[in-house]
Amino acid sequence: MNADSVIHVRYALQRGEFALEVDFDLPLRGISGVFGASGAGKTSLLRCIAGLERPATGKLVVAGDVWQDDVSNTWRAVHERDIGYVFQEPRLFAHLDVRGNIEYGLRRREHNGAPDIDHIISLLGIEQLLGRKPNELSGGEAQRVAIARALLCAPRFVLMDEPLASLDQARKEEILPFLDRLHAEAEVPIIYVSHNIDEVCRLCDHLVVMDIGRVVADGDVQSVLVRMDLPILAGEEASSVIHGTAISHDDNDDLTRLKFSGGDIWVPGKPKPQGSKVRLRIRAGDVSLSRTRAEQSTILNIVPAVVESIQPDQGASALVRLEIGTDQIVARVTRRSIRELALQQGDEVFAQIKSVAVRAP
Amino acid sequence: MNANTLFGPLWLSVQLAAITTIVLMIVATPIAWWLARTASRWKPVVQTTVALPIVLPPTVMGFYLLILLGPGGAIGSWWVELTGNALTFSFLGLVIASCLYSLPFAVQPLVVAFESLGQRNLEAAWTLGASRMDAFFSVALPLSVRGYLSAVVLSFAHTLGEFGVVLMVGGNIPGETRVISIAIYDQVNHSTIWLHISCRHCYLSWPSSRCSQCSISTDGGKRDECRQRHSRSLCVATRRVRT
Repeated sequence: MNADSVIHVRYALQRGEFALEVDFDLPLRGISGVFGASGAGKTSLLRCIAGLERPATGKLVVAGDVWQDDVSNTWRAVHERDIGYVFQEPRLFAHLDVRGNIEYGLRRREHNGAPDIDHIISLLGIEQLLGRKPNELSGGEAQRVAIARALLCAPRFVLMDEPLASLDQARKEEILPFLDRLHAEAEVPIIYVSHNIDEVCRLCDHLVVMDIGRVVADGDVQSVLVRMDLPILAGEEASSVIHGTAISHDDNDDLTRLKFSGGDIWVPGKPKPQGSKVRLRIRAGDVSLSRTRAEQSTILNIVPAVVESIQPDQGASALVRLEIGTDQIVARVTRRSIRELALQQGDEVFAQIKSVAVRAP
Repeated sequence: MNANTLFGPLWLSVQLAAITTIVLMIVATPIAWWLARTASRWKPVVQTTVALPIVLPPTVMGFYLLILLGPGGAIGSWWVELTGNALTFSFLGLVIASCLYSLPFAVQPLVVAFESLGQRNLEAAWTLGASRMDAFFSVALPLSVRGYLSAVVLSFAHTLGEFGVVLMVGGNIPGETRVISIAIYDQVNHSTIWLHISCRHCYLSWPSSRCSQCSISTDGGKRDECRQRHSRSLCVATRRVRT
C-alpha cells in the first residue's frame, strides 16, 4: 500500500496483566473493522490512535504525517489530531442542545474546510432533533447525534468504538441503515471496532482481527473471513462475504438475480437498480454440499465449487472452504458427511446456498 | 441597638463575604480539580490540610493567623516590607483569613462536582479539537454549575457568620474590620439584654424591667432577692449588667 493512503500503527502498551503489541497498516479509505473478543485490546488500540493513551513505545503515521514517534519524541495531543471519535456511549454534552453539540467540534476545527453540515445532518436523519437537549433523546438518536458530531469536525478519519454495543437490538437496527449510508456516501475513512460479526460483515471493507493484544489477521474482509484457522471467526457465526451485481428482478416471485464471479444467485425482495453493486453475506451454516447437482430441490441457488481446504470445527461439524469463480465461501457440514462423501481438497462439488443477506457494498 | 450602628458592619460583612467568595472560587477551582483527578500519594495530605479549618477551633486558627500575618510573622513582615502597612487589623488581612477559614467549604462541593463529571465528557471534548483549558471552560465548568452554586452559597454564608477568626485577626475597628458578628457581640455584651434573658421569669416580662413573678425591678443589684423568691438558680446570669 502507498504510504500516502495508509495509517501506520505500531504500539507496545503494558497495563497490568494486559499487553498490547501491534504493528500494522490500515488503509485510509472505506471502513476498516477491528474485530476481536472482549479484552482483545481493540479499545486500547483505538485510544492509542486517538492519543487518549500514551504507550511507552509507539509510532503513528497518518498518510505520511508523523503524529507520534517515541524515537524522534514526536507527540500530537488529542486535540491536535484530526480525528473524529465515536464512543460506546454517546457522551453528548448535557448543557448544550443537539445543535450546540454538533457545532462544538465544527467551531474548533474550521481549518480543515467546512464539511457539508446539511448533508451530514440529513445523512443521519437528525434534522428534527436539533433543538432538543441530550436527555430528551432516545439511545439510538443520541448515538446518531454523536456520529454526526464526530463527522462534522472534518476529520482525516473517524474512530468508532463499538458504537452499537450499548444499544438493544431494535436500536441497532435503527442505526445500521445510517451506517450503511455513511459507508456508501461519506468519503471519510472509518476505523470500526466491533465484537459483532454481523456488523463486520455488513460494513467493513478491510478487517483486522485481534486476540489478547495482538493482530492475528489483517486484510480485505473477504479474504480474512474465509480464514478458518482463527477460532474467533469459526464457530456458529462463521460467514463469508462476496460482491455481486444486480442484473434483473423477477416481479412475479419478487426475486432479484445477482451476478458474481462464480455464477448467478437469486435473492428475495428489494429490487436493486440494474447494475448496482451489492454485498452478499453467506453464513457457513446456510451452505450445504453435494457431489451431484440436486434435481427437484427447493434450494434455488446451486453453484459449482471446488473444495479448497477442510478444517475440523467444534463438535460434530467441520468447515469447508470453497472456491467459486474467483470468490471464496465457507460451508459448515458434519464431519460424518465429509467422510461419507470422501471430500478432499480439489474435489468438484455443488454448493447449495440456502439464504443470503444482501447489503449495499 | 439601632439601625445605624448595625448597617455599617452589615455592609462590611457583605463586602468581605463577596470578595472572599470570588477569591475562593478562583483559588479553590484548581485545588478541587487536582484533588478530583489526581492519583498522587500527596492527595490525602492536601485533602486533610484543606479540611483543617473545619476541625480547628476558630480562635485557635485566628491566633495562628495573627502570628503569621502580624508584622513579626513570616507573611506579615514581608507584606510590611512590600507596602509599609500591616496585614493584621486591616480589611485585606480579614480577606486572607476568611479565605483560609472558608476554603474547605468552597473546595468540597467542587471536588464532588468534578468527580461526578468524570473523564468521559472531557475525552469527548478533546477528540473534538478542544485543548485541555478549552475543554475545562466549555464543558467541565458548565456541567459543574450546581457544584459552584453550593460552593458560592456555603463560602458566602460561612464568611458572613465567622467570628473567632475575624476577632483575632481583625479586631473591632469600625469601617475597617468591624463586621456584623463582631458588632452584634459588642452590642449584646454592652446591654441589659443579658439580664432579661438569663432569668426565665424576667425574660417573660421583657422589655419592662421587672420580673413577672415577683415584680421586683431587676435593674441594679436585686438579683439575689429575685432568685430567693422562686428558685435556686434561675436568675444567675446578671453578671454583666450595665445600665
